[in-house]
Amino acid sequence: MNPVLKLLTEGGNLSTAQMAQVLNLPVGEIEQHLEQLKKDRIFLGWRPVLDLSGEAGAAAVRAVIEVKITPERGGGFNRLAERISRFDEVESAYLMSGGYDLLVFVRGSSLQKVAGFVSEKLSTIEGVLSTSTHFMLRCYKEQGFLLEREETTSTRLTVAP
Amino acid sequence: MSDDSKRWVAEHIATLPRSGIRDFFELVAKMKGQDVISLGVGEPDFVTPWHVREAAIFALERGKTYYTSNLGLLELRRAISTYVGEHFSVYYRPEDQVIVTVGVSEALDLAFRAFCNPGDKVMFHQPCYVSYHPSITLVHGQGIAVPTYAKDNFALTAEALRAAWEPGAKILMLNLPCNPTGGTCSLEQIEKIAEFCREKDLLVLSDEIYSELTFEGAHTSIASLPGMAERTIFLHGFSKAFAMTGWRIGYACGPAPLIDAMMKVHQYSMMCASIIAQEGALEALTHGWDGVLRMREQYHRRRDLIVRRFNQMGLSCHLPRGSFYAFPDVRSSGLTEKEFAVGLLEMEKVAVVPGLAFGENGRGHVRACFATSYDQIGIACDRIERFLAARRT
Repeated sequence: MNPVLKLLTEGGNLSTAQMAQVLNLPVGEIEQHLEQLKKDRIFLGWRPVLDLSGEAGAAAVRAVIEVKITPERGGGFNRLAERISRFDEVESAYLMSGGYDLLVFVRGSSLQKVAGFVSEKLSTIEGVLSTSTHFMLRCYKEQGFLLEREETTSTRLTVAP
Repeated sequence: MSDDSKRWVAEHIATLPRSGIRDFFELVAKMKGQDVISLGVGEPDFVTPWHVREAAIFALERGKTYYTSNLGLLELRRAISTYVGEHFSVYYRPEDQVIVTVGVSEALDLAFRAFCNPGDKVMFHQPCYVSYHPSITLVHGQGIAVPTYAKDNFALTAEALRAAWEPGAKILMLNLPCNPTGGTCSLEQIEKIAEFCREKDLLVLSDEIYSELTFEGAHTSIASLPGMAERTIFLHGFSKAFAMTGWRIGYACGPAPLIDAMMKVHQYSMMCASIIAQEGALEALTHGWDGVLRMREQYHRRRDLIVRRFNQMGLSCHLPRGSFYAFPDVRSSGLTEKEFAVGLLEMEKVAVVPGLAFGENGRGHVRACFATSYDQIGIACDRIERFLAARRT
C-alpha cells in the first residue's frame, strides 16, 4: 500500500510536514503521493469535522432518508442513485440491502429547507417510489470523534517507575 | 510527636534507600501548574480501550463483586494459557501452572518470597526497573548486579553473566525488553543465556511485560527454549500492551510445584486479584489484539522520532528494539545525568528521569519515555535542543 495512503487510513490527523517526518521522506514527495492519490480518485479531499451545536446560527438540520426506487433495465439502481447524489443537499448516499434501496444523508439550513428538498425534489423524481425521512436530534459521535467534551485535567502521574 | 517511633521500623527497611524516581517525582510536583512536558512516566498515554472498560462495567452490573479462586478465574487462566501458547510458544496448564496476580509487581514479590531463602543470591541485569533490587532485599536475599552497556544496545550478554556469577547464585532475574533501556537480546544471545542457566542450575524469573512492544524482529521468551520451561517463571501482565496500568493485573506461569509455592504466599497475603480487573483482562486477551497492534504502531513512530532527534542534537542514543523508553547518553552536554534532568526541568520544563535511579550502570544516561503524543515529543525535543544550545553559549 502507498505509505501516505496507509497513514491516511489510520486517521491520525497528521499534517504533510508530520507525515514527512513519520515516513522519513521529503515534504515534496508526500505532496506528490497525495497528488497521485487524487488523480487515482482514491483520495477525494479534506473536510473538517465540526461540532457546531454550540454555535448560534451555524448549526444545520440533518436528516437521513430511506428511499425506495424502481431499478431500471440495464442500469439497475445506479442512474437514479447518481442523479439523487448530485443534489448539493445530499452529503452521502448509499445503496442498501434490506427494506429500502437508498439511504441518503441530507443537510439543510432549516427544517423547512430539508422538508422542501424531500417533497419537491427527491420524491418527485420519476422512479422514486417512497421516502421516509428521519431528522437527527443530537450527535454523540461524528466521523470517529466523540462530541462529549472530555476533561482536560489529567490525573496521570508526571513521573512513574 | 517524637521521632523515636522510627525505632519500630525493621532494620532492613530502615536501611532500604528510597526510589530515586520518588525524589525526582517530588521535584516535578513542585512545578505544578507550569507547562511541563513529562517524558518521565512509566506507563502508556493511551487510556484502556473502551471494549475492555465496558466489559468491566458489565461485570459490575452483573454483580461480579466476590472473591475468585486463589489462582484467579479459570476462564481467564485458560485465556492466558492460549495467549501465551500462541504468542510465546510455551504451553502452561490453566489448572495448575498459571496464577493471576495484582500486576507483575506482586508476581515478582511472590516469586522472591517463595524461592529465596535469607542470603540466597539473585542475579539481575542493570540498569533495571527500580524495584528489582529492593524486592530482593525485602526477602533478605543478596542481589548481584550484572552490567549491560550502551555499546551492546543494553542487551544482556552471557559473558557479562559469567563474569558476575558467584558460587551459590540461585536465581536470574530477566527483563527483556528492558525498562529503562529498551534493551533486548537476539535469539542467539538468549540461547547463550539459557545455556548458562542450565550449566549453573539457575532458576529464571523472566519479566516480559514489554514483549508485545518489540518493534523489530520477533520476541523470544527464554521459557520457550529447550530445557528452560522447567526452570523458568514466566511473568507477564496487561499494563503495557493493553494500557491497563491502574487495573493492577498480571500473571505468572511455570512448573506446577513452583506456582503452588507462589500460590501459598498469594493466598495468605492477597487472596486473589480484583475480580473486576480479571474480567477486564479476559476481555483484553480475547478481543484486544488489534488494539495492541495499533498502539504499537504509534509507539514505533514515536520511537523513531525521539531517537533520531536525540542523535541529531548530539545526545548519543541507541535504538531501543522494544519498550517505550529511550535511554540517551547525556555526558556530551558536560553534565551529570542528575544535573541534566534538573536543569532541563527548571529551564525548559521537560521531565526526564536520571539514569542513576535505575542503578549504577545508568550513570550518564536519562530515561525518556515516548509514550506521549507525537506532537508533544516534537515540542519536548525542541526544548531539549534549546537547553543544549544555551549550555554551549
